[in-house]
Amino acid sequence: MRDPDPFVPRLFRVEEARRENADTTTLGLVPSHGEIPSFLPGQFFMLYAFGVAEIPVSVSGLSGTGRLLHTIRAVGAGSRALCRLRPGDFLGARGPYGSAWPLDRAEGDDLLLIAGGLGAAPIRSALLRALAERERYGRVVFLYGARGPTELLFRPELEGWQRRPDLEVQVTVDHAPPSWRGSVGVVPERIGHARFSPAHTTAFVCGPEVMMRFTASALLAAGVSSERIFLSMERNMKCALALCGRCQFGPAFVCREGPIFRYDRIARLLFLREI
Amino acid sequence: MSDPKIALAGHRFFSGIDPAIVETLAECAREVSFAAGEYLVREGEPADRFFLLEYGTVALELHRPGRDPLVLETIHEGEVVGTSWVVPPYRWSADARALDLVRAIAIDVRCLRGKSDSDPKLGYELLKRFLPLFVQRLEAVRLQLLDVYGKSPD
Repeated sequence: MRDPDPFVPRLFRVEEARRENADTTTLGLVPSHGEIPSFLPGQFFMLYAFGVAEIPVSVSGLSGTGRLLHTIRAVGAGSRALCRLRPGDFLGARGPYGSAWPLDRAEGDDLLLIAGGLGAAPIRSALLRALAERERYGRVVFLYGARGPTELLFRPELEGWQRRPDLEVQVTVDHAPPSWRGSVGVVPERIGHARFSPAHTTAFVCGPEVMMRFTASALLAAGVSSERIFLSMERNMKCALALCGRCQFGPAFVCREGPIFRYDRIARLLFLREI
Repeated sequence: MSDPKIALAGHRFFSGIDPAIVETLAECAREVSFAAGEYLVREGEPADRFFLLEYGTVALELHRPGRDPLVLETIHEGEVVGTSWVVPPYRWSADARALDLVRAIAIDVRCLRGKSDSDPKLGYELLKRFLPLFVQRLEAVRLQLLDVYGKSPD
Protein backbone atom coordinates (compact mmCIF):
# COMPACT_ATOMS: atom_id res chain seq x y z
CA MET A 1 0.00 0.00 0.00
CA ARG A 2 1.37 3.38 -0.96
CA ASP A 3 1.81 6.21 1.55
CA PRO A 4 -0.76 8.94 1.12
CA ASP A 5 0.35 11.76 -1.14
CA PRO A 6 1.75 14.45 1.22
CA PHE A 7 0.43 17.17 -1.07
CA VAL A 8 -3.17 16.03 -0.79
CA PRO A 9 -4.98 17.92 1.96
CA ARG A 10 -7.42 16.36 4.39
CA LEU A 11 -10.94 17.67 4.40
CA PHE A 12 -11.81 19.75 7.47
CA ARG A 13 -15.15 21.24 8.44
CA VAL A 14 -15.42 24.74 9.88
CA GLU A 15 -17.36 24.43 13.13
CA GLU A 16 -16.69 27.91 14.41
CA ALA A 17 -15.74 31.25 12.81
CA ARG A 18 -15.05 33.91 15.41
CA ARG A 19 -14.31 37.47 14.33
CA GLU A 20 -11.35 38.75 16.34
CA ASN A 21 -11.24 42.24 14.82
CA ALA A 22 -12.00 44.00 11.52
CA ASP A 23 -9.78 41.75 9.42
CA THR A 24 -8.88 38.72 11.53
CA THR A 25 -10.92 35.57 12.11
CA THR A 26 -10.33 32.45 14.18
CA LEU A 27 -11.59 29.25 12.58
CA GLY A 28 -12.37 26.19 14.69
CA LEU A 29 -11.80 23.09 12.54
CA VAL A 30 -12.53 19.39 12.82
CA PRO A 31 -11.58 16.73 10.27
CA SER A 32 -14.45 15.31 8.28
CA HIS A 33 -13.05 11.83 9.00
CA GLY A 34 -10.72 10.53 11.67
CA GLU A 35 -8.97 12.12 14.59
CA ILE A 36 -7.76 15.67 14.99
CA PRO A 37 -4.06 15.53 14.16
CA SER A 38 -1.81 16.07 17.14
CA PHE A 39 0.37 19.15 17.00
CA LEU A 40 2.88 21.03 19.10
CA PRO A 41 2.55 24.74 19.93
CA GLY A 42 4.34 26.77 17.27
CA GLN A 43 3.70 24.34 14.39
CA PHE A 44 1.64 25.27 11.35
CA PHE A 45 -0.77 23.78 8.85
CA MET A 46 -1.18 24.52 5.18
CA LEU A 47 -4.81 25.62 4.84
CA TYR A 48 -6.41 25.41 1.42
CA ALA A 49 -9.32 27.59 0.38
CA PHE A 50 -10.58 25.47 -2.48
CA GLY A 51 -9.87 26.92 -5.87
CA VAL A 52 -8.16 29.98 -4.45
CA ALA A 53 -4.90 29.34 -2.61
CA GLU A 54 -3.10 27.32 0.03
CA ILE A 55 -1.35 29.31 2.78
CA PRO A 56 0.60 28.46 5.95
CA VAL A 57 -1.20 29.27 9.19
CA SER A 58 0.11 28.57 12.69
CA VAL A 59 -2.10 26.77 15.14
CA SER A 60 -3.44 29.17 17.75
CA GLY A 61 -4.62 26.38 20.03
CA LEU A 62 -7.19 23.72 20.61
CA SER A 63 -10.64 24.80 21.78
CA GLY A 64 -12.29 23.34 24.86
CA THR A 65 -14.44 21.26 22.55
CA GLY A 66 -11.45 19.89 20.68
CA ARG A 67 -11.49 22.12 17.62
CA LEU A 68 -8.24 22.97 15.95
CA LEU A 69 -7.98 26.76 16.04
CA HIS A 70 -6.33 28.84 13.37
CA THR A 71 -6.31 32.62 13.47
CA ILE A 72 -6.14 34.23 10.03
CA ARG A 73 -5.75 37.82 8.95
CA ALA A 74 -7.35 38.72 5.62
CA VAL A 75 -4.49 40.22 3.67
CA GLY A 76 -4.47 38.38 0.32
CA ALA A 77 -6.68 36.21 -1.85
CA GLY A 78 -6.09 32.99 0.14
CA SER A 79 -6.47 34.49 3.58
CA ARG A 80 -9.51 36.53 2.53
CA ALA A 81 -11.19 33.39 1.22
CA LEU A 82 -10.44 31.53 4.46
CA CYS A 83 -11.76 34.42 6.55
CA ARG A 84 -15.03 34.31 4.58
CA LEU A 85 -15.68 30.69 5.58
CA ARG A 86 -18.60 30.07 7.90
CA PRO A 87 -19.64 27.13 10.10
CA GLY A 88 -20.53 24.18 7.88
CA ASP A 89 -18.08 25.16 5.15
CA PHE A 90 -15.10 22.97 4.28
CA LEU A 91 -11.43 23.58 3.64
CA GLY A 92 -8.35 21.47 3.04
CA ALA A 93 -5.56 21.16 5.57
CA ARG A 94 -2.13 19.52 5.56
CA GLY A 95 0.11 19.28 8.57
CA PRO A 96 1.21 19.91 11.18
CA TYR A 97 4.61 21.04 9.94
CA GLY A 98 7.74 22.62 11.32
CA SER A 99 9.45 23.07 14.64
CA ALA A 100 7.72 23.86 17.92
CA TRP A 101 8.25 26.25 20.81
CA PRO A 102 10.74 24.47 23.10
CA LEU A 103 8.50 24.39 26.15
CA ASP A 104 10.28 21.37 27.61
CA ARG A 105 13.64 23.04 27.37
CA ALA A 106 12.23 26.09 29.18
CA GLU A 107 11.15 24.04 32.18
CA GLY A 108 12.39 25.59 35.43
CA ASP A 109 12.96 28.96 33.76
CA ASP A 110 10.93 32.12 33.80
CA LEU A 111 8.97 32.14 30.55
CA LEU A 112 8.71 35.37 28.61
CA LEU A 113 6.22 35.23 25.73
CA ILE A 114 6.33 38.25 23.45
CA ALA A 115 3.89 38.80 20.60
CA GLY A 116 3.31 41.53 18.09
CA GLY A 117 0.18 41.77 15.94
CA LEU A 118 -0.89 38.42 14.49
CA GLY A 119 2.11 36.88 16.29
CA ALA A 120 -0.26 36.56 19.24
CA ALA A 121 -1.76 33.50 17.52
CA PRO A 122 1.26 31.14 17.63
CA ILE A 123 2.26 32.58 21.01
CA ARG A 124 -1.23 31.82 22.32
CA SER A 125 -0.76 28.10 21.75
CA ALA A 126 2.47 28.21 23.80
CA LEU A 127 0.82 30.29 26.50
CA LEU A 128 -2.12 27.90 26.82
CA ARG A 129 0.25 24.96 27.15
CA ALA A 130 2.35 26.78 29.74
CA LEU A 131 -0.74 27.70 31.76
CA ALA A 132 -1.95 24.09 31.59
CA GLU A 133 1.40 23.01 33.07
CA ARG A 134 1.95 26.14 35.14
CA GLU A 135 4.01 24.39 37.84
CA ARG A 136 6.80 23.65 35.35
CA TYR A 137 7.85 27.30 35.06
CA GLY A 138 8.88 30.20 37.25
CA ARG A 139 7.29 33.52 36.35
CA VAL A 140 5.24 33.51 33.17
CA VAL A 141 5.03 36.86 31.42
CA PHE A 142 3.05 37.72 28.28
CA LEU A 143 3.93 40.96 26.49
CA TYR A 144 1.65 41.82 23.61
CA GLY A 145 1.82 44.71 21.19
CA ALA A 146 -0.67 45.72 18.53
CA ARG A 147 -1.24 48.60 16.20
CA GLY A 148 -4.21 49.97 18.14
CA PRO A 149 -6.76 48.91 20.79
CA THR A 150 -9.31 47.75 18.20
CA GLU A 151 -6.76 45.42 16.62
CA LEU A 152 -6.04 43.36 19.72
CA LEU A 153 -6.76 39.65 19.30
CA PHE A 154 -8.36 37.24 21.79
CA ARG A 155 -9.81 40.12 23.81
CA PRO A 156 -12.17 38.22 26.16
CA GLU A 157 -9.38 35.75 26.86
CA LEU A 158 -6.86 38.55 27.34
CA GLU A 159 -9.01 40.04 30.09
CA GLY A 160 -9.13 36.66 31.80
CA TRP A 161 -5.36 36.28 31.58
CA GLN A 162 -4.89 39.76 33.06
CA ARG A 163 -6.82 38.67 36.14
CA ARG A 164 -4.68 35.60 36.78
CA PRO A 165 -2.30 35.98 39.72
CA ASP A 166 0.17 33.51 38.22
CA LEU A 167 0.56 35.34 34.92
CA GLU A 168 1.88 38.83 34.21
CA VAL A 169 0.28 40.38 31.13
CA GLN A 170 1.33 43.67 29.59
CA VAL A 171 -0.48 45.00 26.55
CA THR A 172 0.74 47.97 24.58
CA VAL A 173 -0.39 49.62 21.36
CA ASP A 174 1.46 51.81 18.87
CA HIS A 175 -1.33 54.36 18.60
CA ALA A 176 -4.39 55.02 20.73
CA PRO A 177 -7.23 57.45 21.27
CA PRO A 178 -7.31 59.32 24.60
CA SER A 179 -9.98 56.92 25.90
CA TRP A 180 -7.44 54.05 25.95
CA ARG A 181 -6.36 53.40 29.54
CA GLY A 182 -3.48 51.09 28.74
CA SER A 183 0.08 51.48 27.59
CA VAL A 184 1.06 53.25 24.36
CA GLY A 185 4.49 52.39 23.03
CA VAL A 186 6.36 49.56 21.37
CA VAL A 187 6.71 46.05 22.74
CA PRO A 188 10.50 46.03 23.27
CA GLU A 189 10.12 48.91 25.73
CA ARG A 190 7.87 46.77 27.94
CA ILE A 191 10.68 44.27 28.56
CA GLY A 192 12.30 46.64 31.05
CA HIS A 193 9.05 46.73 33.04
CA ALA A 194 8.42 43.00 33.19
CA ARG A 195 9.40 40.91 36.19
CA PHE A 196 11.73 38.07 35.27
CA SER A 197 15.18 36.85 36.14
CA PRO A 198 17.26 37.35 32.95
CA ALA A 199 19.78 34.62 33.72
CA HIS A 200 16.97 32.10 34.10
CA THR A 201 14.60 33.20 31.37
CA THR A 202 13.55 31.60 28.10
CA ALA A 203 11.87 33.99 25.67
CA PHE A 204 9.58 33.14 22.76
CA VAL A 205 9.01 35.95 20.30
CA CYS A 206 6.59 36.13 17.38
CA GLY A 207 5.65 39.09 15.25
CA PRO A 208 6.82 41.05 12.23
CA GLU A 209 10.52 40.49 11.62
CA VAL A 210 11.51 44.09 12.39
CA MET A 211 9.67 43.91 15.70
CA MET A 212 11.46 40.63 16.51
CA ARG A 213 14.89 42.13 15.72
CA PHE A 214 14.26 45.06 18.07
CA THR A 215 12.81 42.73 20.69
CA ALA A 216 15.77 40.34 20.54
CA SER A 217 18.14 43.29 20.98
CA ALA A 218 16.18 44.48 24.01
CA LEU A 219 16.21 40.96 25.48
CA LEU A 220 19.98 40.70 25.04
CA ALA A 221 20.41 44.15 26.61
CA ALA A 222 18.30 42.95 29.55
CA GLY A 223 20.66 40.01 30.04
CA VAL A 224 18.75 37.12 28.45
CA SER A 225 21.11 34.66 26.75
CA SER A 226 20.90 34.44 22.94
CA GLU A 227 20.61 30.65 23.37
CA ARG A 228 17.40 31.15 25.30
CA ILE A 229 15.68 33.43 22.81
CA PHE A 230 13.47 31.78 20.16
CA LEU A 231 11.87 33.52 17.20
CA SER A 232 9.10 32.32 14.92
CA MET A 233 10.17 33.24 11.40
CA GLU A 234 7.89 33.81 8.47
CA ARG A 235 8.77 33.17 4.85
CA ASN A 236 6.80 32.39 1.74
CA MET A 237 6.09 28.71 2.43
CA LYS A 238 4.47 26.79 -0.41
CA CYS A 239 5.13 23.05 -0.26
CA ALA A 240 5.86 22.84 3.51
CA LEU A 241 7.95 19.74 2.73
CA ALA A 242 11.32 21.39 2.12
CA LEU A 243 11.10 20.59 -1.57
CA CYS A 244 10.22 23.77 -3.39
CA GLY A 245 12.81 26.04 -1.79
CA ARG A 246 10.49 29.04 -1.60
CA CYS A 247 11.08 29.47 2.12
CA GLN A 248 14.85 29.08 2.10
CA PHE A 249 16.44 31.10 4.87
CA GLY A 250 20.21 30.83 4.57
CA PRO A 251 21.07 27.15 5.00
CA ALA A 252 17.63 26.30 6.39
CA PHE A 253 14.10 25.91 5.13
CA VAL A 254 11.63 27.72 7.35
CA CYS A 255 9.00 25.02 6.75
CA ARG A 256 11.27 22.24 8.01
CA GLU A 257 13.93 23.64 10.38
CA GLY A 258 11.59 26.48 11.37
CA PRO A 259 9.40 28.32 11.85
CA ILE A 260 10.83 28.39 15.39
CA PHE A 261 14.56 29.14 15.43
CA ARG A 262 17.01 29.73 18.25
CA TYR A 263 18.18 33.32 18.00
CA ASP A 264 21.92 32.69 18.13
CA ARG A 265 21.60 30.36 15.14
CA ILE A 266 19.90 32.90 12.90
CA ALA A 267 21.07 36.27 14.29
CA ARG A 268 23.57 36.71 11.47
CA LEU A 269 20.92 35.97 8.84
CA LEU A 270 18.57 38.59 10.24
CA PHE A 271 21.01 41.29 9.23
CA LEU A 272 21.80 39.93 5.76
CA ARG A 273 20.02 41.65 2.90
CA GLU A 274 18.03 39.69 0.31
CA ILE A 275 17.46 36.65 2.50
CA MET B 1 6.02 63.90 52.77
CA SER B 2 9.03 61.58 52.48
CA ASP B 3 12.66 62.63 52.24
CA PRO B 4 13.43 63.54 48.57
CA LYS B 5 16.96 62.16 48.97
CA ILE B 6 15.63 58.69 49.75
CA ALA B 7 13.08 58.89 46.97
CA LEU B 8 15.69 60.07 44.45
CA ALA B 9 18.26 57.46 45.41
CA GLY B 10 15.60 54.74 45.14
CA HIS B 11 14.27 55.80 41.76
CA ARG B 12 15.18 53.59 38.83
CA PHE B 13 16.29 56.50 36.67
CA PHE B 14 18.98 57.43 39.16
CA SER B 15 19.95 53.88 40.05
CA GLY B 16 23.58 53.67 41.23
CA ILE B 17 24.10 57.43 41.26
CA ASP B 18 26.76 59.05 43.45
CA PRO B 19 25.18 60.00 46.83
CA ALA B 20 26.81 63.43 46.61
CA ILE B 21 24.85 64.09 43.42
CA VAL B 22 21.67 62.94 45.12
CA GLU B 23 22.30 65.58 47.80
CA THR B 24 22.53 68.24 45.10
CA LEU B 25 19.48 66.98 43.19
CA ALA B 26 17.45 66.90 46.39
CA GLU B 27 17.92 70.64 46.80
CA CYS B 28 15.92 71.07 43.57
CA ALA B 29 13.36 68.31 44.23
CA ARG B 30 9.89 68.14 45.71
CA GLU B 31 7.22 65.49 45.79
CA VAL B 32 4.06 66.15 43.79
CA SER B 33 0.87 64.32 42.97
CA PHE B 34 -1.78 64.61 40.26
CA ALA B 35 -5.31 63.28 40.10
CA ALA B 36 -6.46 61.21 37.11
CA GLY B 37 -7.09 63.52 34.17
CA GLU B 38 -4.95 66.35 35.52
CA TYR B 39 -2.20 67.72 33.30
CA LEU B 40 1.39 67.67 34.52
CA VAL B 41 2.49 69.99 31.72
CA ARG B 42 0.99 71.60 28.64
CA GLU B 43 2.52 71.85 25.18
CA GLY B 44 4.22 75.19 24.55
CA GLU B 45 4.64 76.15 28.20
CA PRO B 46 8.14 76.66 29.63
CA ALA B 47 9.83 73.34 30.41
CA ASP B 48 10.91 74.26 33.89
CA ARG B 49 10.63 70.82 35.51
CA PHE B 50 10.95 67.14 34.89
CA PHE B 51 9.23 64.37 36.78
CA LEU B 52 10.45 61.04 38.11
CA LEU B 53 7.34 58.87 38.26
CA GLU B 54 6.97 56.93 41.48
CA TYR B 55 3.42 55.72 40.91
CA GLY B 56 0.87 55.88 38.12
CA THR B 57 0.84 56.35 34.37
CA VAL B 58 1.13 59.50 32.28
CA ALA B 59 0.08 59.87 28.64
CA LEU B 60 2.05 62.16 26.36
CA GLU B 61 -0.47 63.68 23.99
CA LEU B 62 -0.39 65.90 20.96
CA HIS B 63 -3.22 68.38 20.62
CA ARG B 64 -4.96 68.37 17.20
CA PRO B 65 -7.48 71.10 16.36
CA GLY B 66 -10.97 69.69 15.87
CA ARG B 67 -9.91 66.14 16.64
CA ASP B 68 -9.14 64.05 19.68
CA PRO B 69 -5.60 64.42 20.94
CA LEU B 70 -3.17 61.75 19.77
CA VAL B 71 -1.53 59.68 22.49
CA LEU B 72 2.14 59.46 21.52
CA GLU B 73 3.24 57.18 24.33
CA THR B 74 2.59 56.38 27.94
CA ILE B 75 5.16 56.80 30.70
CA HIS B 76 5.09 54.46 33.64
CA GLU B 77 6.37 54.06 37.18
CA GLY B 78 10.16 54.23 37.29
CA GLU B 79 10.37 56.38 34.14
CA VAL B 80 10.83 60.08 33.44
CA VAL B 81 8.34 62.61 32.15
CA GLY B 82 9.98 65.60 30.52
CA THR B 83 13.01 65.91 28.28
CA SER B 84 12.19 69.28 26.69
CA TRP B 85 14.07 71.04 29.47
CA VAL B 86 17.39 69.72 28.14
CA VAL B 87 17.50 71.60 24.83
CA PRO B 88 16.41 75.10 23.74
CA PRO B 89 13.84 76.59 23.48
CA TYR B 90 13.02 74.78 26.76
CA ARG B 91 9.31 74.44 26.04
CA TRP B 92 7.14 71.34 26.35
CA SER B 93 6.61 69.61 23.00
CA ALA B 94 3.53 67.66 24.17
CA ASP B 95 0.86 67.60 26.86
CA ALA B 96 1.40 65.18 29.74
CA ARG B 97 -1.84 63.92 31.31
CA ALA B 98 -2.19 61.70 34.36
CA LEU B 99 -4.16 58.57 33.41
CA ASP B 100 -4.63 57.65 37.06
CA LEU B 101 -3.36 58.94 40.37
CA VAL B 102 0.25 59.96 39.80
CA ARG B 103 2.91 60.49 42.43
CA ALA B 104 6.24 61.87 41.29
CA ILE B 105 9.36 63.74 42.26
CA ALA B 106 9.47 67.07 40.42
CA ILE B 107 12.89 68.51 39.73
CA ASP B 108 13.12 72.27 39.27
CA VAL B 109 15.42 72.62 36.27
CA ARG B 110 16.20 76.33 36.78
CA CYS B 111 17.67 75.29 40.11
CA LEU B 112 19.38 72.32 38.44
CA ARG B 113 20.84 74.32 35.54
CA GLY B 114 22.51 76.71 37.93
CA LYS B 115 24.07 73.84 39.83
CA SER B 116 25.11 72.02 36.62
CA ASP B 117 26.86 75.15 35.33
CA SER B 118 28.98 75.31 38.43
CA ASP B 119 29.43 71.54 38.80
CA PRO B 120 30.35 69.81 35.49
CA LYS B 121 30.24 66.40 37.20
CA LEU B 122 26.54 66.90 37.88
CA GLY B 123 25.91 68.06 34.32
CA TYR B 124 27.81 65.07 32.90
CA GLU B 125 25.88 62.65 35.11
CA LEU B 126 22.58 64.10 33.93
CA LEU B 127 23.74 63.87 30.31
CA LYS B 128 24.66 60.20 30.79
CA ARG B 129 21.19 59.51 32.20
CA PHE B 130 19.19 61.50 29.65
CA LEU B 131 21.06 60.66 26.45
CA PRO B 132 20.13 56.93 26.50
CA LEU B 133 16.55 58.03 27.13
CA PHE B 134 16.60 60.15 23.97
CA VAL B 135 18.05 57.25 21.95
CA GLN B 136 15.54 54.77 23.37
CA ARG B 137 12.62 57.05 22.55
CA LEU B 138 13.96 57.77 19.07
CA GLU B 139 14.20 54.04 18.36
CA ALA B 140 10.69 53.50 19.69
CA VAL B 141 9.33 56.26 17.45
CA ARG B 142 11.09 54.71 14.44
CA LEU B 143 9.46 51.39 15.18
CA GLN B 144 6.06 53.08 15.52
CA LEU B 145 6.60 54.89 12.22
CA LEU B 146 7.40 51.63 10.45
CA ASP B 147 3.85 50.49 11.18
CA VAL B 148 5.13 46.93 11.49
CA TYR B 149 1.65 45.55 12.12
CA GLY B 150 0.37 46.85 8.81
CA LYS B 151 -0.82 44.41 6.15
CA SER B 152 1.42 42.46 3.81
CA PRO B 153 -0.21 40.12 1.26
CA ASP B 154 -0.15 36.28 1.45
